Amino acid sequence: MAKQGRIAASSALLAAAAVAALVLPGWMISLATIAFANGLVVLGLIVLWRAGLVSFGQALYYCIGAYAVALVGRWTGMTDALVLALIGGGSAGLVAFGVGFLLARYREIFFAMLSLALSMILYGLLVKTESLGSTDGFSVIAPTFFGYAPHQQALLVALYWLVLAICAVAALLVGAYFRSVGGALAIPLRDNEIRVEFLGMSASRLIHTKLVISGLLGGMGGALAALAVGHVDPNMSYWTTSGEFVFITILAGAGSVVPAFVGSLAFESVRSFAFAMLPQLWQMLLGSVLLLTILFLPQGLGSLIMRPRWRRDAEAP
Amino acid sequence: MSAPILSVRDLGKRFGSMVAARDITVSVPAHQTVGVIGSNGAGKTTFINMITGHLRPTRGTIDFEGRDITGLPSRRITAMGVSRSFQVPQIFPSLTVFENMCAAAAICRAPKNFLGHVRTPFRSRESVAEADTLLELFQIARYRDTLAVTLPQGVRKLLDIGMAVAGAPRLLLLDEPTSGISIEEKFNLMQVIMSALRHRKITVLFVEHDMEIVERFAQRVLAFYDGTVIADGTPAETLADARVQALISGPRARGASGAVVHV
Repeated sequence: MAKQGRIAASSALLAAAAVAALVLPGWMISLATIAFANGLVVLGLIVLWRAGLVSFGQALYYCIGAYAVALVGRWTGMTDALVLALIGGGSAGLVAFGVGFLLARYREIFFAMLSLALSMILYGLLVKTESLGSTDGFSVIAPTFFGYAPHQQALLVALYWLVLAICAVAALLVGAYFRSVGGALAIPLRDNEIRVEFLGMSASRLIHTKLVISGLLGGMGGALAALAVGHVDPNMSYWTTSGEFVFITILAGAGSVVPAFVGSLAFESVRSFAFAMLPQLWQMLLGSVLLLTILFLPQGLGSLIMRPRWRRDAEAP
Repeated sequence: MSAPILSVRDLGKRFGSMVAARDITVSVPAHQTVGVIGSNGAGKTTFINMITGHLRPTRGTIDFEGRDITGLPSRRITAMGVSRSFQVPQIFPSLTVFENMCAAAAICRAPKNFLGHVRTPFRSRESVAEADTLLELFQIARYRDTLAVTLPQGVRKLLDIGMAVAGAPRLLLLDEPTSGISIEEKFNLMQVIMSALRHRKITVLFVEHDMEIVERFAQRVLAFYDGTVIADGTPAETLADARVQALISGPRARGASGAVVHV
């Protein structure tokens, strides 16, 4: 069955990614760690995207997750990476729940701009807060893993594996969510909210749930990125950061879960190589990639492997 | 006579100085099929919108199965067992017919709280079975895997009504089920709809402009004029009423074989 094939392929991919850490050089592992952490944010964006909502403010949750990790580490001396990641995700999820009461009432460009505005408010606050290092930010403690405190290459690998594990769990959970009533109603919501309401379901409550899920994922991604980089600064909340996540979502496509991570890895790789090869023109190269994606792969990289279900059904006689 | 399933008392709605509905008092027993007639702007859709919670009445009360539903939000009213279809079918165009029906069946069965709809699977055995049953019942099973956006108007209408039935309503309000349908198709369409609804033992209120269809399918007819009910009785009684003939059905009867002629 197609489903079992998908599970097997995903597990093989995961195993390959895990084993690769043993042979790859350190810089590649760091790159992949950041890419997969960002992939979590993209996954959250996809949850919204399927319902027709484009958030230009995912950096808000990314930044909150990152700062939560940095601050908790600074104040309490907590170093366990998993606990810190959960704290980062949890705090961003809480904020998403709060602002969700406002955001869930808006759609389309208003939703996009309002989410952008919220992330820029956080940016402004952080820039003005000298105790948090204002524009310079501050550093994050080195993480430990259930009492194991590795250094250098071992630390890179350990963090990479943790990120992979969290991504795998998140992908499974979000996949299950997409098959639940709340998750599967994304397309109906995008198509026709009136009908959803007149079937007895609150559209804004459905969207609120999606916001909280995307906030949790965004925060978790930010938390892991902060641990990987070892530093946080207000740019994590800047709108170009949000823009990057939207970019990766276009690159990945919103059809399913795994492409979020593949797309994120592709983005980070293209950016690194572009930066190395064309230090003056790397943005142009990235722009061209986006343009080519939109022209030739409007459903994203994911459509190369698995065409969206609704497309496939449409072609059945 | 059974207890009324729907009981409307002294219902009124104003938009500023415009009175859209006034002094509407109607009581509908269970399993009755009620036709609602009236010219454009007579308050028929306002009446339906108030019962389904789309509009909040400015005065009066609406009781459904003995419970006061006046002014409740539409999704609460839907969950209580009052469903509706739309003059312009409200479907999910980028899903297939089956997925549309499945979505409707799943929504109606899912718990409405925050976590309930995350835990309930979308394609549960129940909702899939109900979707297929409804596709058969409304005779659109051969369009099962067609994208809804490509459907002909008649099938859209049936799908829209089928989706409204997915939640097992006791009362269904149909807003112009045959609008936008050619005259030749109208009777067949109504036949399919009404036999499906009878099969499900649903009380029906339907708005209709074609008097032949009203006569054929309604057991009782409410005639609306200027925001209120001017006649209420069997189709024969209502259509024989002098004011109804003068204000509503008269000019229509002169239209070519039931074509819509606006007063």
